[in-house]
Amino acid sequence: MPAEVHPGLAALSDQLVLAAVVCYAVAMIGYALDLAFARTPAEAPAGAEPPLVAVGGPSEAAEAVETAEAADAGKAGEAGEAVSAGVASAGEADAGARGSAGGDGEAGGNGAERAPSGWVLRAGPAAVVLSWLGLVLNAGALLTRGLAAGRWPWGNMYEFVVAMCLAAMGAFLLMQLRYPVRFLGAFVTAASALGLGFAVHSLHVDAAPAMVALNSYWIAIHVSAAIIASGLFIVAGACGVIFMIRHEAADHLPSRRELERVAHRAIVIGFPIWTFAVVAGALWADKAWGRYWGWDPKEIWAFITWIVYAGYLHARATAGWKGRAAMIVQLVAFACLLFNLIGVNIFIGGLHSYAEVP
Amino acid sequence: MTLTDGRPDEETASRPAGLGAAGWARWFWRTLTSMRTALILLFLFALASIPGSIWPQRGVADAKVAQYYDDSPALAEWLDRLWLFDVFKAPWFAAIYLLLFVSLIGCVLPRTAAHLRELRRKPPAAPRNLARLPQHAVLDGDLTVQEAARRLRGLRFRVATGPDWVAAEKGYLKETGNLLFHVALLGLLLAVGAGALYGYRGNVLVVEGDGFANTVAAYDRYMPGQQVNAESLEPFSFTLEDFQATYIAQGAKRGQALDYAARLSVSDAPGAPERDHELKVNEPLDVNGTLTYLIDHGYAPTFRITDGRGQVAFEGAVPCLVVQPATFTSECVIKVPDALPEQLGVMVAFLPTTVPAEGGEWVSVFPGAANPTAQVYGAFAGDLGMGSGRPQSVYEIPPEILKKMKPLVMKADPLAKGERLELPGGAGTIEFTGVKEWVALQITHDPGRLPALLSAALATAALVFSLTVRRRRVWVRIGTGDGPAEAGGLTRTEGGDFGEEFAGIVAALNHGSTSGVKDAR
Repeated sequence: MPAEVHPGLAALSDQLVLAAVVCYAVAMIGYALDLAFARTPAEAPAGAEPPLVAVGGPSEAAEAVETAEAADAGKAGEAGEAVSAGVASAGEADAGARGSAGGDGEAGGNGAERAPSGWVLRAGPAAVVLSWLGLVLNAGALLTRGLAAGRWPWGNMYEFVVAMCLAAMGAFLLMQLRYPVRFLGAFVTAASALGLGFAVHSLHVDAAPAMVALNSYWIAIHVSAAIIASGLFIVAGACGVIFMIRHEAADHLPSRRELERVAHRAIVIGFPIWTFAVVAGALWADKAWGRYWGWDPKEIWAFITWIVYAGYLHARATAGWKGRAAMIVQLVAFACLLFNLIGVNIFIGGLHSYAEVP
Repeated sequence: MTLTDGRPDEETASRPAGLGAAGWARWFWRTLTSMRTALILLFLFALASIPGSIWPQRGVADAKVAQYYDDSPALAEWLDRLWLFDVFKAPWFAAIYLLLFVSLIGCVLPRTAAHLRELRRKPPAAPRNLARLPQHAVLDGDLTVQEAARRLRGLRFRVATGPDWVAAEKGYLKETGNLLFHVALLGLLLAVGAGALYGYRGNVLVVEGDGFANTVAAYDRYMPGQQVNAESLEPFSFTLEDFQATYIAQGAKRGQALDYAARLSVSDAPGAPERDHELKVNEPLDVNGTLTYLIDHGYAPTFRITDGRGQVAFEGAVPCLVVQPATFTSECVIKVPDALPEQLGVMVAFLPTTVPAEGGEWVSVFPGAANPTAQVYGAFAGDLGMGSGRPQSVYEIPPEILKKMKPLVMKADPLAKGERLELPGGAGTIEFTGVKEWVALQITHDPGRLPALLSAALATAALVFSLTVRRRRVWVRIGTGDGPAEAGGLTRTEGGDFGEEFAGIVAALNHGSTSGVKDAR
C-alpha cells in the first residue's frame, strides 16, 4: 500500500483522457456522417461500395431470418407442440422478408441519383478506427492512473466514470465486430465523450491512495463487474433512445426490430453480469460492514435497477408489453442505473460514499 | 426466456360471471399468477423500495432518524405511521413481496411439472416439408436413419427416429435454468428471513487494554432476532492489545487514512488458549461463524483526577467522540461521582496534533497523535444527578444538570502528556496521563449467510443458462428413392444466430465428424 503517488504518470493519465475525448468526439462526427449519408433508406445496395454493403447488407438479411425465428418462437411457445403451425408461420415470415427485400431493391433504383460521395463512405470505417484508438487511450488513462496511485483505478467517482466510458465503448466496439451495429456509434461515442468531459470537468480529483475500506480484492471483482454491466446497459440504453426518437416512416436510423434485438442482446449479457456484481457486492459488504445486505441507498438502487431490468426481460415475453412498452421499461431501468451510479453518490450518500466529488 | 411462456393468458383470466366462491377463488388465483400481475408486482416492488433511499432508515441511520424527529416532530410522526423509517419491515412492503413470491410459486410449480413431462417426452416427429423451416439444407451422401441419429446424438441432441426421419432437440437446460433461478430466489428469501429470526447483531466500544466477552450484558447495543436466546451466543472473548491507524503524512491528501489494524488476543471459548489476531477493515474475526468487524475508532485519553481531599477519585481512559474526522479533534466528558466534597464534571477537547492558532486558540492539524494535548474547556462542581435513576449518556452532562453545577474553569490552556491542571478553590487537580485509542466493533451472527450465498450463486448460474441457452430442434428426412436427404431446424426462442450453428450441424451430418461444430447456443 504505497502512500507515494507518481506525479508523472498521474499527469500522463490526465492527458490520455483528454486525447480519448478528442478521438471519441471526432469519431462521433464520422459516425454521424455515416448515419446521415451512407445509410439512406433510398440508397442502392448494388451501386454502393463494399464497405457500405457490409453495413447495410448483412443486417437486412439477419433481420429477415430473425423475423421468421421470432414469429416461429411465438407460435411454438403458445401452442406448445405446434410444429406445423411453426412451420407455416416461418414460411409466411420468409415470404414477407422476400417481399420487403424486393421493395428495397426498387427503392434503390429510384434513389440512384442521391448516391453518396466517396469520402462520406469512408467516414464510417474511419470513425471505427478512431474509436479503437480512443478506446486504447481511455484504457491507457486508467492504467497509468492505477499505476500512479498504486491501486485499482476505480476508487472514486472520476475514475469510475472514466472506466464506465471505457466499458461502454468496449461493449459497442466488440459488438460491432460481430454484428452490424455501427449505427450505435454516434450515440455511444457521444455518451462517452460527454461522460469523459463531465468526469474531467466536474469530478476530477488528483490521483491518491484508496480509502481504507476500498483496500480489498473485492474492488477488482465487484466494481469491475458493475462497470462491465453498465457498459452493456449503456449500449442497450442508446438503442432505447434511438428507438424512441425514430420515426415510423423511412429513416436513416435502423429499424425498430433491429434496435430491439441489439438492446436485448446487450441486456441478456449485461443482466447476469449485473446480478453477479450485486452478489459480489453483498459478499464484500459481508466482509466489510458486517452484513451482506443492509438497504444502504446504493444497495437499494442496485436492487431497483435489477428488478426493472428483470421486468424488461419478462415484459419482452409478455403479450401486450412487447415492443414499445418493453423498450420504455428498459429506459426506466437505464435511468435507475444512471441514478444509482452517479445520483446516489451525489444526492443521497450512505456507505458507498467513495465519490469524493470535489 | 422467462417464466412467461407458461403463464395463463390474460384473456382466459377474465372475470367470471356468477361463478360463486370457488369461481372467484379460481379467478383470483389465475389473476395473481398471470404475467401481467407479476410484472405489476415487480414494478411495485421496485417502487416501494425507493422511500427507503429517501428517508433515513432505522438500523441503518438511527442518528438521522432521531435528527428528523428533532427537526420536524409532527412530520416524523406521520412518516413513522406510514413505516417510512422502516420501509423494509413495513407491512405494505411485505405484502408486495409476499404476493410476488406467491405469484411466482403459482407459476413455477405448473411450469416444473410441464418441464418434467417434456424431459421425458421424445422430440416431435419431423414436419412434412423441411424446406419451409427457417433453416434448411440438402444433405449429400447416402445417410441412413441410424447414422443420422448417431451423428446427432454425437452432438448431444436428444433423438427420436421414424421410418425415414430423425427428430432431434436440445437446449432443455434453458428451462431448467429458468426454473432453478426462480426457485433460488425463493431460497434467498427464506435465507434472509432465517437470518433475521435466528441471527443477532451488537455493537461495542473497546479501549486499548480492555477486553470483551460475548455476552448480552457486554454489548453497548444488542439487537437479537426473535428466536435468539441469550445462551446461544458464541462464548468467545478477546482483549484489545493495541490499535494502529496509519495516515498519509504529506501532500494534498495529508491526513487521509491508509490503514487501520487492531491487535487482539482471542480466546475462542472459556479456558481455551489465547491466540493473536489482527483485525482490519475488510478482514473480520471469525469465531465459529460469529464475526467481529472493525467499524470505527477514536481516542481515549487517560486522566488522573484527585479531589479536594487529595485522594484519587478517577483514574482511567475516557473515550472521546470525534468532532472533526479530518483532524480527529475530539471531545470527551469525565464524570467523577466519587469526588469529595463535591462531585466533579469535566469537559475536555482532545487535540491529537496540537498547534497554536490565531487568537490564542489551539487546533489539531493531523489525525495521528503527534503532539496530543487535552484542553479542559469546562470543569464543574456539584451534583451530577447520577443517583436519580435516569439513564445518562456517558458523552455528555445533561444541560439542565450542568446549569445547577458550579463552574470552576471555563477555558484552560491545553495540557501536554504528564501536565496537570489545578482546579481553583482547592477542588482538586486534573492530570493528563496518556493517550489510548478505542475501537467500535460490530459483532454479528447470521445463520442465513451461507444459505443466502448458495441461493444467490445458484440464481446467478441458473440465470446464465436461462438467458444464453436456446431450445433448438433439428430434423433429418432421408430421401426415399429419388430425393436427397434433407435437414431442417429452428429455435424456439429468439436471439442469436442459429444459422451458423445449423451449418455446423449440417457439416457434421454430411461428414460424420463433430469437430468444427460451433455450439453457438
